[in-house]
Amino acid sequence: MCAYMWAPPFSAVSTMELLSDQGLRVDGRRAHELRNVECRLGVFGRADGSAYLEQGNTRVLATVYGPHEARAAQRRHDVASINCQYRQAVFSGWERGRRAGGGGDRRAQELGALLQNTLESVVLVELYPRSQIDVYVQVLQADGGTYATCVNAATLALIDAGVALRDYVCACSASVLRDQPLVDLNSLETSGAPELTAALLPRSGRLPLLEMSQRFHVDKLGELLDVAETACRDVHTILNRAVRRHVSARSSEK
Amino acid sequence: MEVDIRLAAERLRQEEATRGAAQLVTPGDTVTGDGGFMRGHGTYKDGENLVASVAGFVRRINRLISVQPLKARYNGEIGDVVIGRVIEVQQKRWKVDTCSRLHSLLMLSSVNLPGGEQRRKTQEDELAMRSYLEEGDLISAEVQNIFSDGSLSLHTRSLKYGKLSQGVMVAVPSNLVLRRKNHFHDLPCGATVILGNNGYIWICATAVGEDGGAGTGGYVQNLERVPLPEREVISRLRNCILALAGSWMMLYDTSILYAFEASSKFQARDLLKPEVMAEVADLTRKRLDLEAAE
Repeated sequence: MCAYMWAPPFSAVSTMELLSDQGLRVDGRRAHELRNVECRLGVFGRADGSAYLEQGNTRVLATVYGPHEARAAQRRHDVASINCQYRQAVFSGWERGRRAGGGGDRRAQELGALLQNTLESVVLVELYPRSQIDVYVQVLQADGGTYATCVNAATLALIDAGVALRDYVCACSASVLRDQPLVDLNSLETSGAPELTAALLPRSGRLPLLEMSQRFHVDKLGELLDVAETACRDVHTILNRAVRRHVSARSSEK
Repeated sequence: MEVDIRLAAERLRQEEATRGAAQLVTPGDTVTGDGGFMRGHGTYKDGENLVASVAGFVRRINRLISVQPLKARYNGEIGDVVIGRVIEVQQKRWKVDTCSRLHSLLMLSSVNLPGGEQRRKTQEDELAMRSYLEEGDLISAEVQNIFSDGSLSLHTRSLKYGKLSQGVMVAVPSNLVLRRKNHFHDLPCGATVILGNNGYIWICATAVGEDGGAGTGGYVQNLERVPLPEREVISRLRNCILALAGSWMMLYDTSILYAFEASSKFQARDLLKPEVMAEVADLTRKRLDLEAAE
């Protein structure tokens, strides 16, 4: 019988304090604080649009090709079809080859489809009939909140490509621990608490995406959604500032 | 072996902080709440409000408001000069990639075949289409019409247009090519530049004699060896164009020529280094600004 069982390096989660009595989290943040966000637009010359986004130690590259002529199978005569691919690098998780999200290829396909749904709610697809927009996201380092980071990176890449969007789509993860709502979880917190990922269109306040990894108590949900929405608006402020800086540095009048 | 070691450096840009009254908007920003304006490109209506759908500067022409993004796929207009690559030969037409949203079409009926303008297109021509243009060939053409789905119909019914033979193609964002009366330039440095409105730029040696180069719309390619000095001029021009595009400067005959002159103190291959590219673009910008001020 095999006595070996793989245990993550954070197997001591239950004994570790995810939230100290002083209200500080494992990485020293307060409950409502986001991790440090760094981003760059236009990182690849050949793609129509690209972006690199870091949220804490989660690092994601997104590239957009198109809108271009659609493959016959994907072509829709009145709107553009969006084709999303989610990929997580083998070296992105705690242990090489063992992906932090778990589930491997099936999980990646599911997240790709989810991303496609999220983006379809925001791209003005009716402007690009018979076309196809390819969005590729690649997770280089996974440290919690990978899906939310991918949504944010894809938004930046679409803006860089000049694709018409109804609004930004900003995502963030949230959880509740000892009655205290937390936002933007890292991987330690993800393994110790249930996770909710929400995406928000800041202008209309609509939520095109809501995903939960485990069950929450229904009484907590309202408060959790409020906290997640505030966090998404914070993300929007940060991304918007980055886009404005990018565009104004490249303004050219002949 | 020569080794080139440089420090990573963030390029400093001496840009004026504000650019006049132009308003910078990002997707979801309200451009105006006044219902009296018309909706242009890059905007959409949300009730009474006019909202931006791309990130860029607002342009207002009378009552029309549009937002132009930094870069986007080429949006064709009738009369534009484009450079394209043939990607498919079909019944009576070629499919051409013009960096546009959809593939463009070049009809057999809108090309000049050898034998003059008045020549009728026969069944044999249809069968021999691949001998005129085949997959992978580069052509210069003009936008004749825009179909309802947004794809472009091209024509090459002039001796200016047609198949391109030996030269270099550069792809830049299509917004950077300034719309001018003329897009074919024989530069004094000895090269011909075709600035396609779609962001594809063709550089080749200027043809001598009455028949050859870009001036013929023929289907014969001149495959003679291009002498080394001309090849150097072509590669220098290519690097200059990339330098200008990298600094997001508009491309037209004067700016390209000034960049070429500014680059003369460097070797052509050094122009691929980022700091040299920035310097060439900066010198060009200063010279253009100086002329505009006069």
